[in-house]
Amino acid sequence: MKFSYFPGCTDHSSSYEYGRSTEAVFEALGVELIEIEDWNCCGAAATHSLNRLLSLCLPARNISKAQSANIGPLVAPCAGCYSYLKRTEYVMKHDEAERKKIEEIVGFTYDPSLEILALMDVVLNRIGLEKIQEKVKRPLKGLKPACYYGCALVRHPKITQLDDPENPQYMDRLMRSLGAEPVSWSYKTDCCGADLAMTYSDVVEGLVGKIVSMAKEAGAHCVVTSCGLCQMNLEMRQTEGLPIFYFTELMAAAFDVRHQDKWLKKHLINPKGLLESLQLG
Amino acid sequence: MRHAHSKEDGGDKLETAVDMGKGNFSFLEQVEKRSGEKLNLCYQCLKCTAGCPTASYMDIRPNSIIRLIQMGKKQEVLGSNAIWFCVYCQTCGTRCPNEIHIGVLMDALREMAMEEGVHPKEKNIHLFHEAFINSVKRGGRAHEVTMLMEYILRSRDMMKGSLIPGMKLFFKGKFPLLPSFVKGRDEIKRIFEKCTGDK
Repeated sequence: MKFSYFPGCTDHSSSYEYGRSTEAVFEALGVELIEIEDWNCCGAAATHSLNRLLSLCLPARNISKAQSANIGPLVAPCAGCYSYLKRTEYVMKHDEAERKKIEEIVGFTYDPSLEILALMDVVLNRIGLEKIQEKVKRPLKGLKPACYYGCALVRHPKITQLDDPENPQYMDRLMRSLGAEPVSWSYKTDCCGADLAMTYSDVVEGLVGKIVSMAKEAGAHCVVTSCGLCQMNLEMRQTEGLPIFYFTELMAAAFDVRHQDKWLKKHLINPKGLLESLQLG
Repeated sequence: MRHAHSKEDGGDKLETAVDMGKGNFSFLEQVEKRSGEKLNLCYQCLKCTAGCPTASYMDIRPNSIIRLIQMGKKQEVLGSNAIWFCVYCQTCGTRCPNEIHIGVLMDALREMAMEEGVHPKEKNIHLFHEAFINSVKRGGRAHEVTMLMEYILRSRDMMKGSLIPGMKLFFKGKFPLLPSFVKGRDEIKRIFEKCTGDK
Protein backbone atom coordinates (compact mmCIF):
# COMPACT_ATOMS: atom_id res chain seq x y z
CA MET A 1 0.00 0.00 0.00
CA LYS A 2 1.38 3.40 -1.04
CA PHE A 3 0.29 6.98 -0.46
CA SER A 4 1.44 10.43 -1.50
CA TYR A 5 2.40 12.21 1.67
CA PHE A 6 2.15 15.90 2.57
CA PRO A 7 4.07 16.31 5.85
CA GLY A 8 3.39 20.04 6.32
CA CYS A 9 5.62 22.81 7.67
CA THR A 10 5.54 21.74 11.33
CA ASP A 11 6.77 18.22 10.54
CA HIS A 12 10.32 19.02 11.57
CA SER A 13 9.52 21.78 14.04
CA SER A 14 6.64 21.99 16.48
CA SER A 15 5.05 18.67 15.44
CA TYR A 16 8.31 16.73 15.55
CA GLU A 17 6.71 13.99 17.69
CA TYR A 18 3.92 13.53 15.17
CA GLY A 19 6.23 13.26 12.18
CA ARG A 20 8.70 10.81 13.69
CA SER A 21 6.09 8.58 15.33
CA THR A 22 4.10 8.49 12.07
CA GLU A 23 7.19 7.33 10.17
CA ALA A 24 7.89 4.61 12.74
CA VAL A 25 4.30 3.37 12.87
CA PHE A 26 3.88 3.24 9.10
CA GLU A 27 7.16 1.44 8.72
CA ALA A 28 5.94 -1.15 11.22
CA LEU A 29 2.73 -1.50 9.23
CA GLY A 30 4.59 -1.82 5.95
CA VAL A 31 2.70 1.07 4.41
CA GLU A 32 4.67 3.53 2.31
CA LEU A 33 4.20 7.28 2.70
CA ILE A 34 6.04 8.96 -0.17
CA GLU A 35 6.65 12.66 0.37
CA ILE A 36 5.39 14.77 -2.53
CA GLU A 37 8.14 16.65 -4.24
CA ASP A 38 8.80 20.26 -3.29
CA TRP A 39 5.53 20.72 -1.39
CA ASN A 40 4.65 24.15 -0.03
CA CYS A 41 2.72 25.48 2.97
CA CYS A 42 -1.04 24.82 2.85
CA GLY A 43 -1.58 28.48 3.78
CA ALA A 44 -2.88 27.68 7.25
CA ALA A 45 -5.25 29.92 9.17
CA ALA A 46 -3.53 33.18 8.29
CA THR A 47 -3.98 32.93 4.54
CA HIS A 48 -7.72 32.37 4.34
CA SER A 49 -8.13 35.09 6.95
CA LEU A 50 -6.74 37.69 4.58
CA ASN A 51 -6.84 36.32 1.04
CA ARG A 52 -9.32 33.65 -0.04
CA LEU A 53 -7.89 33.11 -3.51
CA LEU A 54 -4.36 32.59 -2.18
CA SER A 55 -5.72 30.17 0.43
CA LEU A 56 -7.14 28.06 -2.41
CA CYS A 57 -4.11 28.28 -4.70
CA LEU A 58 -1.43 27.29 -2.15
CA PRO A 59 -3.03 23.89 -1.42
CA ALA A 60 -3.77 23.50 -5.14
CA ARG A 61 -0.04 23.50 -5.93
CA ASN A 62 0.37 20.53 -3.56
CA ILE A 63 -2.59 18.80 -5.19
CA SER A 64 -0.92 19.32 -8.57
CA LYS A 65 2.31 17.76 -7.21
CA ALA A 66 0.40 14.74 -5.91
CA GLN A 67 -1.33 14.36 -9.27
CA SER A 68 1.97 14.33 -11.14
CA ALA A 69 3.49 11.88 -8.67
CA ASN A 70 0.57 9.53 -9.37
CA ILE A 71 1.37 7.32 -6.40
CA GLY A 72 -2.01 7.11 -4.75
CA PRO A 73 -4.26 9.15 -2.47
CA LEU A 74 -2.76 12.30 -0.95
CA VAL A 75 -2.43 12.00 2.82
CA ALA A 76 -1.95 14.81 5.35
CA PRO A 77 -1.17 14.07 9.00
CA CYS A 78 -1.95 17.57 10.30
CA ALA A 79 -5.67 18.23 10.71
CA GLY A 80 -5.19 21.84 9.63
CA CYS A 81 -3.31 21.00 6.41
CA TYR A 82 -5.93 18.32 5.70
CA SER A 83 -8.81 20.77 6.06
CA TYR A 84 -7.22 23.36 3.75
CA LEU A 85 -6.46 20.74 1.10
CA LYS A 86 -10.05 19.51 1.36
CA ARG A 87 -11.38 23.05 1.14
CA THR A 88 -9.57 23.60 -2.14
CA GLU A 89 -10.76 20.21 -3.38
CA TYR A 90 -14.34 21.11 -2.46
CA VAL A 91 -14.20 24.42 -4.32
CA MET A 92 -12.60 22.83 -7.39
CA LYS A 93 -15.24 20.10 -7.46
CA HIS A 94 -18.22 22.39 -6.95
CA ASP A 95 -17.38 25.70 -8.62
CA GLU A 96 -16.24 25.52 -12.21
CA ALA A 97 -15.36 29.21 -12.54
CA GLU A 98 -13.23 29.10 -9.39
CA ARG A 99 -11.58 25.86 -10.51
CA LYS A 100 -10.57 27.45 -13.81
CA LYS A 101 -9.16 30.46 -12.01
CA ILE A 102 -7.13 28.28 -9.64
CA GLU A 103 -5.90 26.07 -12.50
CA GLU A 104 -4.77 29.10 -14.44
CA ILE A 105 -2.90 30.62 -11.50
CA VAL A 106 -1.23 27.39 -10.37
CA GLY A 107 -0.69 26.10 -13.90
CA PHE A 108 -2.24 22.63 -13.87
CA THR A 109 -5.39 20.73 -14.77
CA TYR A 110 -7.27 19.38 -11.78
CA ASP A 111 -8.02 15.67 -11.72
CA PRO A 112 -10.99 15.06 -9.40
CA SER A 113 -10.09 11.38 -9.06
CA LEU A 114 -7.23 12.24 -6.67
CA GLU A 115 -8.37 11.32 -3.18
CA ILE A 116 -7.31 13.48 -0.24
CA LEU A 117 -7.25 11.68 3.08
CA ALA A 118 -6.49 12.45 6.72
CA LEU A 119 -3.85 10.19 8.26
CA MET A 120 -6.45 9.01 10.77
CA ASP A 121 -8.74 7.99 7.90
CA VAL A 122 -5.92 5.97 6.33
CA VAL A 123 -5.31 4.16 9.62
CA LEU A 124 -8.96 3.35 10.21
CA ASN A 125 -10.36 2.79 6.75
CA ARG A 126 -7.48 1.88 4.45
CA ILE A 127 -5.26 -0.12 6.78
CA GLY A 128 -8.08 -1.13 9.09
CA LEU A 129 -8.31 -1.92 12.79
CA GLU A 130 -7.81 -5.64 12.23
CA LYS A 131 -4.34 -5.09 10.84
CA ILE A 132 -3.62 -2.55 13.59
CA GLN A 133 -4.59 -5.09 16.26
CA GLU A 134 -2.28 -7.68 14.72
CA LYS A 135 0.63 -5.30 15.29
CA VAL A 136 -0.13 -4.59 18.94
CA LYS A 137 2.59 -6.11 21.10
CA ARG A 138 1.94 -4.17 24.28
CA PRO A 139 -1.76 -3.42 24.65
CA LEU A 140 -2.32 -0.01 26.29
CA LYS A 141 -4.00 -1.73 29.22
CA GLY A 142 -5.17 0.64 31.93
CA LEU A 143 -4.55 3.78 29.85
CA LYS A 144 -7.50 6.16 29.76
CA PRO A 145 -7.04 8.76 27.02
CA ALA A 146 -9.45 11.57 26.23
CA CYS A 147 -9.72 11.68 22.43
CA TYR A 148 -9.62 15.30 21.32
CA TYR A 149 -10.63 15.87 17.70
CA GLY A 150 -10.64 19.66 17.71
CA CYS A 151 -12.07 21.57 14.75
CA ALA A 152 -10.33 20.85 11.50
CA LEU A 153 -11.00 17.12 11.10
CA VAL A 154 -14.71 17.28 11.70
CA ARG A 155 -15.74 20.74 10.53
CA HIS A 156 -17.14 21.72 8.14
CA PRO A 157 -18.61 18.19 7.74
CA LYS A 158 -19.68 18.77 4.13
CA ILE A 159 -16.00 19.40 3.33
CA THR A 160 -14.10 16.98 5.57
CA GLN A 161 -16.74 14.24 5.47
CA LEU A 162 -15.22 12.49 8.44
CA ASP A 163 -17.38 11.14 11.23
CA ASP A 164 -19.97 12.97 13.33
CA PRO A 165 -19.11 16.65 13.88
CA GLU A 166 -20.51 16.75 17.42
CA ASN A 167 -19.54 13.36 18.81
CA PRO A 168 -16.92 11.74 16.58
CA GLN A 169 -15.81 8.21 17.45
CA TYR A 170 -13.02 7.09 15.14
CA MET A 171 -10.11 8.04 17.40
CA ASP A 172 -11.91 6.35 20.29
CA ARG A 173 -12.26 3.21 18.16
CA LEU A 174 -8.56 3.29 17.34
CA MET A 175 -7.64 3.70 21.02
CA ARG A 176 -9.84 0.74 21.98
CA SER A 177 -8.19 -1.40 19.32
CA LEU A 178 -4.82 -0.57 20.93
CA GLY A 179 -6.16 -1.80 24.27
CA ALA A 180 -6.79 1.61 25.87
CA GLU A 181 -10.08 2.70 27.45
CA PRO A 182 -10.97 6.14 26.04
CA VAL A 183 -13.09 8.24 28.40
CA SER A 184 -16.46 9.64 27.47
CA TRP A 185 -16.42 13.43 27.64
CA SER A 186 -18.09 16.49 26.13
CA TYR A 187 -15.16 18.60 24.94
CA LYS A 188 -13.78 16.47 22.11
CA THR A 189 -14.64 19.00 19.39
CA ASP A 190 -14.36 22.26 21.35
CA CYS A 191 -11.91 24.72 19.80
CA CYS A 192 -8.53 25.30 21.53
CA GLY A 193 -8.32 28.88 20.21
CA ALA A 194 -5.88 28.04 17.41
CA ASP A 195 -3.45 30.81 16.41
CA LEU A 196 -5.03 33.29 18.79
CA ALA A 197 -2.43 31.80 21.14
CA MET A 198 0.14 34.16 19.61
CA THR A 199 -1.81 37.38 20.04
CA TYR A 200 -4.20 36.60 22.92
CA SER A 201 -2.53 33.87 24.94
CA ASP A 202 -4.90 34.54 27.87
CA VAL A 203 -7.92 33.69 25.70
CA VAL A 204 -6.33 30.42 24.63
CA GLU A 205 -5.29 29.64 28.22
CA GLY A 206 -8.95 29.93 29.17
CA LEU A 207 -10.14 27.65 26.36
CA VAL A 208 -7.37 25.10 26.87
CA GLY A 209 -7.81 25.20 30.66
CA LYS A 210 -11.42 24.18 30.25
CA ILE A 211 -10.63 21.36 27.79
CA VAL A 212 -7.84 19.95 29.96
CA SER A 213 -9.77 20.20 33.24
CA MET A 214 -12.78 18.51 31.64
CA ALA A 215 -10.56 15.69 30.36
CA LYS A 216 -9.22 15.26 33.89
CA GLU A 217 -12.68 15.35 35.40
CA ALA A 218 -13.71 12.57 33.01
CA GLY A 219 -10.86 10.50 34.47
CA ALA A 220 -8.43 10.80 31.56
CA HIS A 221 -4.70 10.16 32.05
CA CYS A 222 -3.83 12.06 28.89
CA VAL A 223 -5.31 13.74 25.82
CA VAL A 224 -4.82 12.38 22.28
CA THR A 225 -4.87 14.64 19.21
CA SER A 226 -4.15 14.63 15.49
CA CYS A 227 -3.49 18.34 15.04
CA GLY A 228 -0.17 20.11 15.52
CA LEU A 229 -1.67 23.36 16.68
CA CYS A 230 -4.10 21.68 19.10
CA GLN A 231 -1.26 19.61 20.54
CA MET A 232 0.98 22.65 20.99
CA ASN A 233 -1.75 24.77 22.54
CA LEU A 234 -2.93 22.02 24.87
CA GLU A 235 0.61 21.30 26.02
CA MET A 236 1.85 24.90 26.28
CA ARG A 237 -1.21 26.61 27.71
CA GLN A 238 -2.27 24.35 30.56
CA THR A 239 -1.27 24.27 34.21
CA GLU A 240 -2.36 20.76 35.14
CA GLY A 241 0.53 18.73 33.72
CA LEU A 242 -1.70 16.40 31.69
CA PRO A 243 0.32 14.69 28.91
CA ILE A 244 -0.82 15.43 25.34
CA PHE A 245 -0.06 12.76 22.73
CA TYR A 246 -0.46 12.45 19.01
CA PHE A 247 -2.44 9.30 18.21
CA THR A 248 0.55 7.89 16.34
CA GLU A 249 2.68 8.05 19.50
CA LEU A 250 0.22 5.79 21.29
CA MET A 251 0.18 3.47 18.27
CA ALA A 252 3.99 3.36 18.49
CA ALA A 253 3.78 2.55 22.22
CA ALA A 254 1.32 -0.27 21.57
CA PHE A 255 3.40 -1.61 18.65
CA ASP A 256 6.42 -1.34 20.94
CA VAL A 257 8.50 0.22 18.18
CA ARG A 258 12.11 1.09 18.94
CA HIS A 259 13.58 4.49 19.79
CA GLN A 260 10.35 6.05 21.01
CA ASP A 261 12.46 8.31 23.18
CA LYS A 262 13.44 10.21 20.03
CA TRP A 263 10.05 11.93 20.05
CA LEU A 264 8.81 11.37 23.61
CA LYS A 265 11.65 13.54 24.94
CA LYS A 266 10.47 16.48 22.84
CA HIS A 267 7.28 16.97 24.84
CA LEU A 268 7.00 19.97 27.14
CA ILE A 269 4.98 17.79 29.51
CA ASN A 270 6.99 14.61 29.89
CA PRO A 271 4.69 11.65 29.13
CA LYS A 272 7.23 8.97 30.00
CA GLY A 273 6.20 8.78 33.67
CA LEU A 274 2.64 7.97 32.67
CA LEU A 275 3.72 5.29 30.17
CA GLU A 276 6.15 3.75 32.67
CA SER A 277 3.52 3.69 35.42
CA LEU A 278 1.45 1.45 33.17
CA GLN A 279 4.49 -0.62 32.14
CA LEU A 280 4.28 0.81 28.64
CA GLY A 281 7.49 2.86 28.64
CA MET B 1 -36.85 30.41 -0.58
CA ARG B 2 -37.40 33.38 -2.91
CA HIS B 3 -39.29 35.37 -0.32
CA ALA B 4 -36.30 35.42 1.98
CA HIS B 5 -34.40 37.53 -0.51
CA SER B 6 -37.25 39.73 -1.64
CA LYS B 7 -36.83 43.35 -0.70
CA GLU B 8 -40.59 43.97 -0.75
CA ASP B 9 -41.19 41.90 2.29
CA GLY B 10 -37.84 41.58 4.09
CA GLY B 11 -36.52 45.08 3.52
CA ASP B 12 -39.57 47.23 4.09
CA LYS B 13 -40.72 45.47 7.22
CA LEU B 14 -37.27 45.85 8.68
CA GLU B 15 -37.32 49.55 8.13
CA THR B 16 -40.52 50.00 10.13
CA ALA B 17 -39.41 47.61 12.85
CA VAL B 18 -36.08 49.22 13.68
CA ASP B 19 -34.34 52.49 13.12
CA MET B 20 -32.27 51.93 10.03
CA GLY B 21 -30.23 55.08 10.48
CA LYS B 22 -27.93 55.46 7.49
CA GLY B 23 -28.38 51.81 6.52
CA ASN B 24 -26.68 50.78 3.34
CA PHE B 25 -28.76 48.11 1.59
CA SER B 26 -26.17 47.42 -1.05
CA PHE B 27 -23.85 46.27 1.75
CA LEU B 28 -25.99 43.15 2.28
CA GLU B 29 -25.85 42.40 -1.43
CA GLN B 30 -22.10 42.95 -1.53
CA VAL B 31 -21.49 40.67 1.43
CA GLU B 32 -23.78 37.95 0.08
CA LYS B 33 -22.05 38.08 -3.28
CA ARG B 34 -18.60 38.07 -1.76
CA SER B 35 -19.21 35.27 0.74
CA GLY B 36 -21.75 33.24 -1.21
CA GLU B 37 -23.82 33.00 1.98
CA LYS B 38 -27.57 33.72 2.08
CA LEU B 39 -27.72 36.02 5.06
CA ASN B 40 -31.43 36.83 4.86
CA LEU B 41 -32.17 33.28 5.96
CA CYS B 42 -30.92 34.08 9.47
CA TYR B 43 -33.74 34.10 12.02
CA GLN B 44 -31.59 34.91 15.05
CA CYS B 45 -31.71 31.53 16.79
CA LEU B 46 -28.31 32.39 18.32
CA LYS B 47 -26.85 28.92 17.89
CA CYS B 48 -23.76 30.50 16.30
CA THR B 49 -23.06 32.76 19.26
CA ALA B 50 -23.89 30.07 21.83
CA GLY B 51 -21.24 27.75 20.40
CA CYS B 52 -18.60 30.35 19.52
CA PRO B 53 -15.39 29.94 21.56
CA THR B 54 -14.45 33.60 21.23
CA ALA B 55 -17.88 35.29 21.26
CA SER B 56 -17.34 36.63 24.78
CA TYR B 57 -14.37 38.65 23.52
CA MET B 58 -16.23 40.08 20.53
CA ASP B 59 -17.69 43.57 20.55
CA ILE B 60 -20.48 42.34 18.25
CA ARG B 61 -21.54 38.68 18.57
CA PRO B 62 -21.81 36.55 15.42
CA ASN B 63 -25.64 36.60 15.30
CA SER B 64 -25.59 40.40 15.63
CA ILE B 65 -22.99 40.69 12.88
CA ILE B 66 -25.52 39.08 10.53
CA ARG B 67 -28.31 41.35 11.79
CA LEU B 68 -26.18 44.45 11.28
CA ILE B 69 -25.29 43.34 7.75
CA GLN B 70 -29.02 42.97 7.01
CA MET B 71 -29.45 46.50 8.34
CA GLY B 72 -26.63 47.83 6.18
CA LYS B 73 -24.37 48.86 9.05
CA LYS B 74 -21.19 48.62 7.07
CA GLN B 75 -18.85 50.68 9.22
CA GLU B 76 -19.90 48.94 12.43
CA VAL B 77 -19.38 45.51 10.92
CA LEU B 78 -16.11 46.12 9.07
CA GLY B 79 -14.73 48.11 12.00
CA SER B 80 -15.64 45.49 14.62
CA ASN B 81 -13.14 43.36 16.52
CA ALA B 82 -15.46 40.38 15.98
CA ILE B 83 -14.26 39.79 12.44
CA TRP B 84 -10.71 39.43 13.81
CA PHE B 85 -11.58 37.27 16.81
CA CYS B 86 -13.14 34.56 14.65
CA VAL B 87 -10.67 31.66 14.54
CA TYR B 88 -12.59 29.74 11.86
CA CYS B 89 -13.39 26.80 14.13
CA GLN B 90 -16.58 26.44 12.07
CA THR B 91 -18.76 25.44 15.02
CA CYS B 92 -21.27 28.12 14.01
CA GLY B 93 -21.42 27.09 10.37
CA THR B 94 -21.79 23.42 11.29
CA ARG B 95 -24.70 24.13 13.63
CA CYS B 96 -26.53 26.86 11.71
CA PRO B 97 -30.05 25.58 10.89
CA ASN B 98 -30.02 27.74 7.76
CA GLU B 99 -26.62 26.51 6.65
CA ILE B 100 -24.99 29.93 6.79
CA HIS B 101 -21.25 29.32 6.88
CA ILE B 102 -20.27 32.14 9.21
CA GLY B 103 -16.56 31.32 9.07
CA VAL B 104 -16.64 31.96 5.33
CA LEU B 105 -18.65 35.13 5.99
CA MET B 106 -16.01 36.37 8.45
CA ASP B 107 -13.27 35.73 5.86
CA ALA B 108 -15.21 37.79 3.33
CA LEU B 109 -15.74 40.62 5.84
CA ARG B 110 -12.02 40.79 6.65
CA GLU B 111 -11.17 40.98 2.96
CA MET B 112 -13.73 43.73 2.46
CA ALA B 113 -12.44 45.66 5.48
CA MET B 114 -8.93 45.61 4.06
CA GLU B 115 -10.03 46.63 0.59
CA GLU B 116 -11.99 49.53 2.07
CA GLY B 117 -8.95 50.59 4.05
CA VAL B 118 -10.73 50.10 7.39
CA HIS B 119 -8.20 50.13 10.20
CA PRO B 120 -8.23 46.62 11.72
CA LYS B 121 -9.67 46.88 15.21
CA GLU B 122 -7.38 44.02 16.24
CA LYS B 123 -4.16 45.32 14.78
CA ASN B 124 -1.99 42.53 16.19
CA ILE B 125 -4.16 39.69 14.93
CA HIS B 126 -3.98 41.27 11.49
CA LEU B 127 -0.21 41.71 11.74
CA PHE B 128 0.26 38.13 12.87
CA HIS B 129 -1.63 36.85 9.84
CA GLU B 130 0.49 39.09 7.61
CA ALA B 131 3.73 37.92 9.19
CA PHE B 132 2.69 34.31 8.62
CA ILE B 133 1.79 34.91 4.99
CA ASN B 134 5.04 36.82 4.40
CA SER B 135 6.97 33.87 5.77
CA VAL B 136 5.28 31.59 3.21
CA LYS B 137 5.88 34.19 0.50
CA ARG B 138 9.62 34.24 1.22
CA GLY B 139 10.31 30.53 1.10
CA GLY B 140 7.12 28.66 0.21
CA ARG B 141 6.93 27.22 3.71
CA ALA B 142 6.11 28.70 7.09
CA HIS B 143 9.09 29.33 9.34
CA GLU B 144 8.32 30.09 12.96
CA VAL B 145 11.43 32.07 13.93
CA THR B 146 11.43 34.61 11.08
CA MET B 147 7.65 34.89 11.24
CA LEU B 148 7.70 35.67 14.96
CA MET B 149 10.55 38.13 14.49
CA GLU B 150 8.61 40.02 11.85
CA TYR B 151 5.50 40.00 14.03
CA ILE B 152 7.33 41.28 17.13
CA LEU B 153 9.16 44.00 15.21
CA ARG B 154 6.06 45.29 13.46
CA SER B 155 3.56 44.97 16.31
CA ARG B 156 5.94 45.75 19.18
CA ASP B 157 4.00 43.11 21.05
CA MET B 158 6.60 41.37 23.20
CA MET B 159 4.32 38.32 23.49
CA LYS B 160 4.72 38.15 27.27
CA GLY B 161 2.27 35.28 27.58
CA SER B 162 4.19 33.18 25.08
CA LEU B 163 7.76 34.05 25.98
CA ILE B 164 8.47 31.29 28.51
CA PRO B 165 6.63 28.46 26.73
CA GLY B 166 8.14 29.68 23.43
CA MET B 167 11.67 29.52 24.88
CA LYS B 168 10.96 26.00 26.15
CA LEU B 169 9.97 24.94 22.63
CA PHE B 170 13.08 26.58 21.26
CA PHE B 171 15.35 24.73 23.69
CA LYS B 172 13.59 21.47 22.82
CA GLY B 173 14.78 22.13 19.26
CA LYS B 174 11.24 22.56 17.99
CA PHE B 175 11.84 25.95 16.38
CA PRO B 176 14.62 25.48 13.79
CA LEU B 177 16.68 28.62 13.22
CA LEU B 178 17.03 28.13 9.49
CA PRO B 179 14.00 28.11 7.21
CA SER B 180 13.32 25.28 4.77
CA PHE B 181 12.78 26.73 1.29
CA VAL B 182 10.98 25.12 -1.62
CA LYS B 183 12.82 24.80 -4.92
CA GLY B 184 9.95 26.22 -6.93
CA ARG B 185 10.15 29.69 -5.44
CA ASP B 186 9.32 31.19 -8.83
CA GLU B 187 6.05 29.27 -8.85
CA ILE B 188 5.25 30.49 -5.34
CA LYS B 189 6.12 34.04 -6.39
CA ARG B 190 3.80 33.80 -9.38
CA ILE B 191 0.94 32.45 -7.25
CA PHE B 192 1.39 35.32 -4.79
CA GLU B 193 1.53 37.92 -7.57
CA LYS B 194 -1.61 36.65 -9.21
CA CYS B 195 -3.52 36.31 -5.92
CA THR B 196 -2.49 39.57 -4.32
CA GLY B 197 -2.00 41.78 -7.34
CA ASP B 198 1.50 42.65 -6.04
CA LYS B 199 4.43 42.82 -8.39
